[in-house]
Amino acid sequence: MVTRRARSAVRRSVLFVVALGLVAVGWEVYKALGPDAGGDIFGWKLIPKTNDRVMPHTWEMFAELTRPAIGRGDQQVWQVLLGYSWYTFQMSVAGLIAGTAIGVLLAVLMARFGIVERGLLPYVVLSQTIPLIALAPQVTAIRGSLDWPQWTSAVALAAFLSFFPITVSTLRGLQAAPAASLELMASYASGWWTTLRKLRFPTAIPYMVPGLKLAATASVIGVIVTEITLGGLRGVGYATIDYSQKVTSQPASVYAAVFAAAALGLVMFAMIVGCETYVMRNRPQEERG
Amino acid sequence: MTNRKKSLKAIAVGATVLGLVAAACGSDDATDSGGSGSDAAACETTGSVSLQLQWFTQAQFAGYYAAADKGFYAAQCLDVEIKEGAVEIVPQAELATGNVDFAIAWVPKALQTREAGADIVNISQVFARSGTLQVSFADSGITSPADFAGKTIGNWGYGNEYELFAAIGAEGLDPASDVTLVGQQFDMVALLEGEIDAAEAMTYNEYAMVLEAINPDTGELFTADDFNVISYEEAGVGMLQDAVWADAGRLADDAEYKDQATRFVAASLQGWAYCRDNLAECATIVTNAGSTLGESHQQWMMNEVNKLIWPAPDGVGLLNSADWDRTVTISQSTPNLEGATVLTAAPSDGAFTTEITKAAWALVGDGADLFGNDYAPETVVLKEGGN
Repeated sequence: MVTRRARSAVRRSVLFVVALGLVAVGWEVYKALGPDAGGDIFGWKLIPKTNDRVMPHTWEMFAELTRPAIGRGDQQVWQVLLGYSWYTFQMSVAGLIAGTAIGVLLAVLMARFGIVERGLLPYVVLSQTIPLIALAPQVTAIRGSLDWPQWTSAVALAAFLSFFPITVSTLRGLQAAPAASLELMASYASGWWTTLRKLRFPTAIPYMVPGLKLAATASVIGVIVTEITLGGLRGVGYATIDYSQKVTSQPASVYAAVFAAAALGLVMFAMIVGCETYVMRNRPQEERG
Repeated sequence: MTNRKKSLKAIAVGATVLGLVAAACGSDDATDSGGSGSDAAACETTGSVSLQLQWFTQAQFAGYYAAADKGFYAAQCLDVEIKEGAVEIVPQAELATGNVDFAIAWVPKALQTREAGADIVNISQVFARSGTLQVSFADSGITSPADFAGKTIGNWGYGNEYELFAAIGAEGLDPASDVTLVGQQFDMVALLEGEIDAAEAMTYNEYAMVLEAINPDTGELFTADDFNVISYEEAGVGMLQDAVWADAGRLADDAEYKDQATRFVAASLQGWAYCRDNLAECATIVTNAGSTLGESHQQWMMNEVNKLIWPAPDGVGLLNSADWDRTVTISQSTPNLEGATVLTAAPSDGAFTTEITKAAWALVGDGADLFGNDYAPETVVLKEGGN
């Protein structure tokens, strides 16, 4: 069992690196073969330019990580980005925890009371159509009036983005308990709360995992958007704006921040996978997602 | 069931740990607080005030960072929290909602917010001149706004475009039909890529960006000779930019706030005078305060910002009524593409006051040269990437 799992983990990591390499090769091949000044297809401008300003070399993007960081003594860009990532990571985790708490609570309420589900679910869906940047100034206005620190806005917006997949997936999971098991619980005269704890919730866990994976990456996006739109926070989102200001003379500079954001999303994702493996370790293979 | 209980317990433990991690988030705020309190001995109490900037830390705001770093705020018994801006931060709106005590904002934008009901007042017009340019390649033949006819002209929108519209209108051109106006990022890529014929640029920032980029034809940096530069200030349509705004209601009713405002302006103007005389040091102060712009770019910005302030023959920070009137007239009479003007009517009384600035001068006394009549700009050579 353990060796099989370990082997599969190694295979996945290798595939990930190979896929990344293929993207880089594809980028470089197009850059080498494509027209420098772009081009038209039937009069539509569809072929992107391949010059160094529009498409910098992949190795230049990575080289950005080892530039000396301005105003940070002897540190290089990657070291500064590591610090920014940790800052953003903390807020993302806090946002994910808050989002999970809200998401599970809403799902339980909806599973318990059909009227809540019918009344609330449309608004839960509707909430996700609100653009985050429209919401951000309102959130920070409320935060300001409460005199809370700025990072609470980031956590709130991360929670706002992450609760939705958790609500939907948990609700689906809570409703997935087999009728036979429910009847068995009923025959024990178990109350609704006991049934939730002993049957519905354990059944829901495999359903919740994909929702949590989506929520984890959404939470990072929530924090990054907050950093960019509201400021006062120095994480990966700040780095994105900061490095993009140098795009005129250093076109590859912004990619260093993009890499950091992507890596952060992966770490959050991996964290959920790790939890999943732990929580599901004693379940039969077919239940695993 | 024991296993499930264990896993639930594990989740609970995990969540607690992560919660603790999250709780540590608040420990390092990105804001900068000025005033080391070295002069606190002379102060009965030190008042805490906050200042909202328009953008991230950069030499555009050097005077405030210098005032904090050199202890000018502390000497005025103030502890100033300088808040960086961001993409969606509107400083005058932050001021109007009471999130900050003072804000830096361009005059037309602040007047627009004021017309919409914000009770704010301009207490010191720090930048006396407009720093907006329209930059084109030398071979494009665009040397004055009249040459915009038939060209593709980049602009930033969001209220940053009114000088352009005023210049177009002054030449008798119709912005809708005679020129192609396109939105532009806050960089110069579109100009260098030939997507637009002329790009909007600030003297102190975006114009430097092209001068620190490599010219692919020569393999060396672009030079000023490669470009034509139209200054809206010189074209006669300059609109007033960075000014200090305060809460008008509090200024009228709250004697302590008024006193703080006077001391804040005094120390800030002192900071700007210091940066006029110590360009390189101020650039370093800004970088130490968290800016990541390259050394030569930061110094270029400091130098160009100084040019917008100095010399100040009437005294630094004093609002010039002719400049104010021109700004207001353009704001009222120049429609943009949607036909909207910045202001629908002349600003009501109390949009600005020179009283605070004059009182601030008295506080500064001989502490600084507030006129800079001998000011001469330095020459800053930009390096590749602004480094």
